[in-house]
Amino acid sequence: MDNNRPKFLDLRQIRLPLPGLVSILHRVSGALLFLALPLLLWMLQQSLRSHETYSDLAGVLRYPAVKIFLLIILWAFLHHFCAGIRFLAIDADAGVRLGRARASGKWVLAVSLALSLLLGVRLW
Amino acid sequence: MVNRIVTGAHYGLRDWLMQRVSAVVMALYALYICGWLLWNTPSGYAAWTALFSGDVMRSFTLLTLLAVFFHAWVGVRDIVMDYVKPAGVRLVLHVLVILTLMLYAIWSVQILWGI
Repeated sequence: MDNNRPKFLDLRQIRLPLPGLVSILHRVSGALLFLALPLLLWMLQQSLRSHETYSDLAGVLRYPAVKIFLLIILWAFLHHFCAGIRFLAIDADAGVRLGRARASGKWVLAVSLALSLLLGVRLW
Repeated sequence: MVNRIVTGAHYGLRDWLMQRVSAVVMALYALYICGWLLWNTPSGYAAWTALFSGDVMRSFTLLTLLAVFFHAWVGVRDIVMDYVKPAGVRLVLHVLVILTLMLYAIWSVQILWGI
């Protein structure tokens, strides 16, 4: 293999095509969700343990900073969910051609952002 | 000759398939919970615990959480393999992630059967 081929790895100058953007965001959102796991499990525990822990949790979730955190996690989940379904479809040989892959990528970005906004407004 | 390394991929279809099977389990569970939340807003503590009090729902929830942990393992392992080159560091990270996810699995059983 030719090891002298030029490398161009300046992240600020690489312009990802849209399906590439969906893909890297799938990775970023997955990493975020993994990091959020202990907090999400803790919230499930508090919500189920007793009346007191349930209302304590409800109180914590009213803080704006906590709501912003939840909104980010919500977006991460929605993006990961939509992009995941797109990848499953591509595995099943649906929408593999570049034109359709671009279109479905746009839908993934748009739908997950729109749902995040919608649910975010409702939860606020 | 294929050069197999401990901290590399498993060179097989197994993880690829598990990633997809676990994804489908999680998607079904997410849709079910979203549907429940749409029908039952605003739900109080009683309705929320009633949802998780049946053995079927507890098992479905635990199955989904185990799917999450398996899915997270494959995903995090892929990320580590892509960005962490030294084999020692990679091995330590892999072991830490596996242990963490196993502890989460034990914790999940405690949460669901401790109501």
